[in-house]
Amino acid sequence: MQKLLLLGDEAIAQGAIDGGMSGCYAYPGTPSTEIMEYVQHSKEAAEKSLHRQWSANEKTATESAIGMSYAGKRAMACMKHVGVNVAADAFVNAAITGVNGGLVILAADDPSMHSSQNEQDSRFYGDFSLIPILEPATQQEAYDMAYSAFELSEKMNTPVLLRVTTRLAHSRSGVVRKTPKPELKGSLPKDTKQFILLPSIARENYKKLLAMQPEMEKASDESDFNRYEKGSDKKLGVVACGIAYNYLMENYPDGCPYDVVKISQYPLPRKKIEDLKENCDELLILEEGQPLIERLIRGYFDEGKPIHGRLNGSLPRDGELNPELVAKALGIQLEEGKPIPEMLAGRPPALCPGCSHRDVYNALAVALEPYGDGRVFSDIGCYTLGALAPFNAINSCVDMGASITMAIGASDAGLVPAVAMIGDSTFTHSGMTGLLDAVIKDSPIVVIISDNSTTGMTGGQKSHAEGRLFDIVKGLGVPDVHIRAMNPLKKHHETNVQIMKEELEHKGVSVIIPQRECIQTAARKNRAKHKAKKNKNI
Amino acid sequence: MKIDIILAGVGGQGILTIAAAIGTAAVNKGLYIKQAEVHGMSQRGGDVQSNLRISDKPIHSDLIAKGGADMILSVEPMESLRYLPYLKKDGYLITSTKPFINIPNYPELEDLMKAIKAMDHHVAIDADQIAKDEVGSARASNIVMLGAASPFLKMEMSEFEDALKELFGRKGEEVVEMNIKALRAGRKMAEK
Repeated sequence: MQKLLLLGDEAIAQGAIDGGMSGCYAYPGTPSTEIMEYVQHSKEAAEKSLHRQWSANEKTATESAIGMSYAGKRAMACMKHVGVNVAADAFVNAAITGVNGGLVILAADDPSMHSSQNEQDSRFYGDFSLIPILEPATQQEAYDMAYSAFELSEKMNTPVLLRVTTRLAHSRSGVVRKTPKPELKGSLPKDTKQFILLPSIARENYKKLLAMQPEMEKASDESDFNRYEKGSDKKLGVVACGIAYNYLMENYPDGCPYDVVKISQYPLPRKKIEDLKENCDELLILEEGQPLIERLIRGYFDEGKPIHGRLNGSLPRDGELNPELVAKALGIQLEEGKPIPEMLAGRPPALCPGCSHRDVYNALAVALEPYGDGRVFSDIGCYTLGALAPFNAINSCVDMGASITMAIGASDAGLVPAVAMIGDSTFTHSGMTGLLDAVIKDSPIVVIISDNSTTGMTGGQKSHAEGRLFDIVKGLGVPDVHIRAMNPLKKHHETNVQIMKEELEHKGVSVIIPQRECIQTAARKNRAKHKAKKNKNI
Repeated sequence: MKIDIILAGVGGQGILTIAAAIGTAAVNKGLYIKQAEVHGMSQRGGDVQSNLRISDKPIHSDLIAKGGADMILSVEPMESLRYLPYLKKDGYLITSTKPFINIPNYPELEDLMKAIKAMDHHVAIDADQIAKDEVGSARASNIVMLGAASPFLKMEMSEFEDALKELFGRKGEEVVEMNIKALRAGRKMAEK
């Protein structure tokens, strides 16, 4: 079969397509975005008319996937780790409903916070939801797991959590495909009450979920993704989860001298871990993320054999792993290259030259002068870069949609006027309900929906807000006179400052919508247009 | 055979295209590869790097360990120095000398060049100028840098040319030709 050079994300997408997926649901978020993008560009997905449109947020994506599962087809919902928080209500309850068609929830975690607000480990969600978790070590495993996860889900009657981290998601390697499976035809659940989580039914379903746990553990013990590899030196036994296995093996080009349990499917294969503990004097636990397994094996009283990991300082408590951190934990000395010359300057990311958010911040700085600093609540997107010099324009960035709601709370506390700065895609993701709160109370806040008509930070995916912002804001009940359009260009600076000043003086809710397309997205569209024209001429 | 390369530059300078060209050539040759990229926030004009590993045996880690890289291949002089701890003692530093200045505190170019020239094995060329002179556009400067690195990559020139044909084929014959010319120009400079 053909070998493809794929990112981990792309391998998951191809695996899911080949595994009989009928629908992919997602909201863009680094490092998960490329999964949906791959499905959208896939010729096979187009031929099969698989569902492959973006959703408004991770919760709507997950719920739609549950709906497809209900209707008897295989579905996958993809999101970054913090997106799992947004989807958590649906996620946890889907373990209680169980599935009809196979259901896979893909969480792409970002340890070291390369592009995120925290480094939470999604395996915890899978753990307390009591569902199987798959954690690939290689791009090939990522493909194989996405390919087989739907069947595992159907067999266990639960969603399956497929968990990757940044390094695998965004690293390319060769992947061999398997024979594609057909989609399921679709069917109603055999138990017509399965998806009705009334307390009486939910209690029954939950007991069934608990009763499946030994079956899940058995599947982990028998899984090809988990391995016990024997070594010659019994001084140490290593538990290596997901890509941590790669960093371990990297340090032993001629083979690891110690016994190793490679973990890529959870719940933990208990038998293998027991054997390791029996056979070795000390244990080292390698996890890409938080010490979930280490805590479990170590126990609260930590009375067993010596255990090394993130909790005893053998490995750092935070951040992603890498070959040298693992080498240090193994007592291997690596020889580093030369130090970085002191003269080197940092090169932080910045708003692009010509970006409309720049003009918004420039106007806002002037309009806010009379009121003083500390009152701009921002959100998640390119405009968060307004936190850096030369703008230093924002005072918060917490979670999707929090700009509006934090501004409400701050104004409740007397910080008036308070300003919310949010992008168009983030507004339709999680800002609309907050704005409704503000309308109901007529909170003295100014909401700037900086509309660049795209989901910019993740690479310019289509925004649900496009062409709808004014109608949405009006529909939520913001008075017409306080919905203000603005043209974020340098030549309109004075006018824009004036609009902002007027609305800052208003003692109720105002919405200002500066609209100008993201220059990157516009350039991309132009290139595509140019190409289409050229092809036509040929 | 095993080569570990750190590609360095600024978001938008085209290091992923270099990686794709080397990766394609390696895969066509039946070699194993792993290539870790940087996506997301850091792409907005910030420093970016990619770990590219090629071997005739299966590769474990997606990341290169400190002190493990055979080569730093950079399209920008300051960025070429950011990953020195990753370079082997006898590793090669191959960089373009054309600075990309988008920060107020960019160091003196002269000091950067001193540090680059202090490396035992280095190749430093003005890829922008070479690209302009040879193919009339600085846009191909990343492929000039690929050409400059090519003598050290243990693959044939024809294998890189085939990879460029594969990568740029759908953009038309002209683009393929331009990139092959840029590749050859970079190679010539490195061999000097």
